[in-house]
Amino acid sequence: MTTGTAPAAPRRVIAGRPASLEDRATHYCPGCGHGVVHRLLAEVLDELGLAPRTIAVAAVGCAVFAYDYLHVDFVEAQHGRAPAVATGVRRVRPDAFVLTYQGDGDLAAIGTAEIVHAAARGERITVVFVNNGIYGMTGGQMAPTSLLGQKTTSSPLGRDARLAGYPLPITEMLAILPGVAYAARGSLATPSTIGKTKAMLRRACEVQAVDGGFGIVEVLANCPVGWGMTPVESIAHLAVVAETYPPGVLVDRGRA
Amino acid sequence: MTTVVEPALPEGIESIAAARAQEPAERVLLKGNEAIAEAAIQAGCDAYFGYPITPQAELLEWMARRMPEEGRAFVQAESEIGAISMALGAAATGARVLVSTSSPGFSLMAEGMSYLAGSELPVVLVNVMRGGPGLGSIGPAQSDYLQAVKGHGHGDYRVPVLAPSSIGEAMALVADAFEIAERYRTPVIILADGIMGQAMEPVRPVYRMPPRRVADWALTGADGRPPRVVKSLHLRPEDLEAHNDALQLKFRTIAAAETRWAGESLEDAEIVIVAYGTAARVARTAVAQARSLGLRAGLFRPISLWPYPSEALDRATAGARAILVVELSAGQMIEDVRLSVEGRIPVLFLGRTGGMVPTPDAVVAALRGAWAKTPPPERATA
Repeated sequence: MTTGTAPAAPRRVIAGRPASLEDRATHYCPGCGHGVVHRLLAEVLDELGLAPRTIAVAAVGCAVFAYDYLHVDFVEAQHGRAPAVATGVRRVRPDAFVLTYQGDGDLAAIGTAEIVHAAARGERITVVFVNNGIYGMTGGQMAPTSLLGQKTTSSPLGRDARLAGYPLPITEMLAILPGVAYAARGSLATPSTIGKTKAMLRRACEVQAVDGGFGIVEVLANCPVGWGMTPVESIAHLAVVAETYPPGVLVDRGRA
Repeated sequence: MTTVVEPALPEGIESIAAARAQEPAERVLLKGNEAIAEAAIQAGCDAYFGYPITPQAELLEWMARRMPEEGRAFVQAESEIGAISMALGAAATGARVLVSTSSPGFSLMAEGMSYLAGSELPVVLVNVMRGGPGLGSIGPAQSDYLQAVKGHGHGDYRVPVLAPSSIGEAMALVADAFEIAERYRTPVIILADGIMGQAMEPVRPVYRMPPRRVADWALTGADGRPPRVVKSLHLRPEDLEAHNDALQLKFRTIAAAETRWAGESLEDAEIVIVAYGTAARVARTAVAQARSLGLRAGLFRPISLWPYPSEALDRATAGARAILVVELSAGQMIEDVRLSVEGRIPVLFLGRTGGMVPTPDAVVAALRGAWAKTPPPERATA
């Protein structure tokens, strides 16, 4: 055991909170993936200098409170309507940077029409789509994205395809539309996939910034409470989720 | 003679009529839907969002051609839900926004109306009513009165509803509606019907662009200022109650300042017809016919359906023996008429539904029936 004190090294900040992320306690559950996605998004907005002209759309679900954490202007949409709300913003504010932050219940169930048509129109918006395969805020019900066999409060025996259909790969569905400039799926499974997810978010923001078209990044995120797992178990489970929803760039039409 | 009551405005707020342009001498033939659309453009509408539905489709088509000409936003949405959601987004940035639809589409917009009211966003919505329920018909109707006036979406809120009875009045009310919407940060409904939308009539087009107000709440990007949030969610009960209290105060202010109505031949009327929109046009002809027959009939025409001109109606019928409500519905506004007079005099009803419109002769016959059924007013027997 050493004694005494080492000579004081000059202090150097090697990590910190992005300027666009508010300094406050989180309301998200322990282990929830939203905090990571918030941070990635704030880093990208800062790096691209987009925050001062960002008008973001908050969607119904756990992340409706995104406006409590991201230091940008926000409008709160009705459930599922964020892409239409963003369209309205986009059309009267051509200089704004417009993004939506939506969960899978919001985007892939009640908001299916709005997301498909915003993508079909090639709206110059960026969609951050956090897919945790469950309705988190209402207590963990089955979503269109829930895995086959997944037990939830509304599929207590596990999702049965004969009764409740199959997981909806909506980002793949959107990727075939010519209005979509960029579509990708990332994951919060490992530090490596988190780094790749940040690069995807950056690219999805860039295509809007250069008027390239509609950009979407789906992020496979964990919901420990909704999944009935510990945070560590839930992160490990993202590898299982990725079997149904393989991460990767689905389309980059190379606009800009 | 027609008397239009100008509402008493809160101190420091300019008169709505003050800025109204001079009337041009030329009269032109205009279709209702197109006249409303052009009036909105001339009133400074920045963005229009709609979805095709009869009998308002010409309004969408007019905007599709004219808005791009003016360098303004036009989107044909994927649904009425999409259209009103786009309106919410555009309005959140401080833009002047119009949406239009007809009855089944208005039902789909009910969700958005609740969020607009909760988020306190100014949007003008035109509902060119058709027959219902369900798919109903494409003929004219006034069967969305209760929906427009009493509640479309969920929650404790009211929305100003303006009902034009001529194309010229509709054009003037478009500018007024934008002004009311922005003054109070509220959606405003213009409630027309299939005849108002489809008919053509000669009008002196009067266009007016209401002045822009400073919107210190609008989303423009948090550049050099703290971020702004436009929302309707208040999870803490204390917060939501405070928000609701503020909304109710606003509704009381609107009720005190924005009540509008017009009257004809009311001074000595023994039977007062109460009707709005197209029904008021029929009633007006019927009153003239009744007068020529020596029957002392009058017309009370609410222009604001919310706030309802209850006190004015009560006063205007003080010497009457009965009220005859005429609607293109099975009887919806009649509830507000009865609330206005609180059982003081009989309130009778004539209505047609499904796209049918009562003829002036039918209204005169109903007036005759009203005379037969009701005792003379007390002042005559005293």
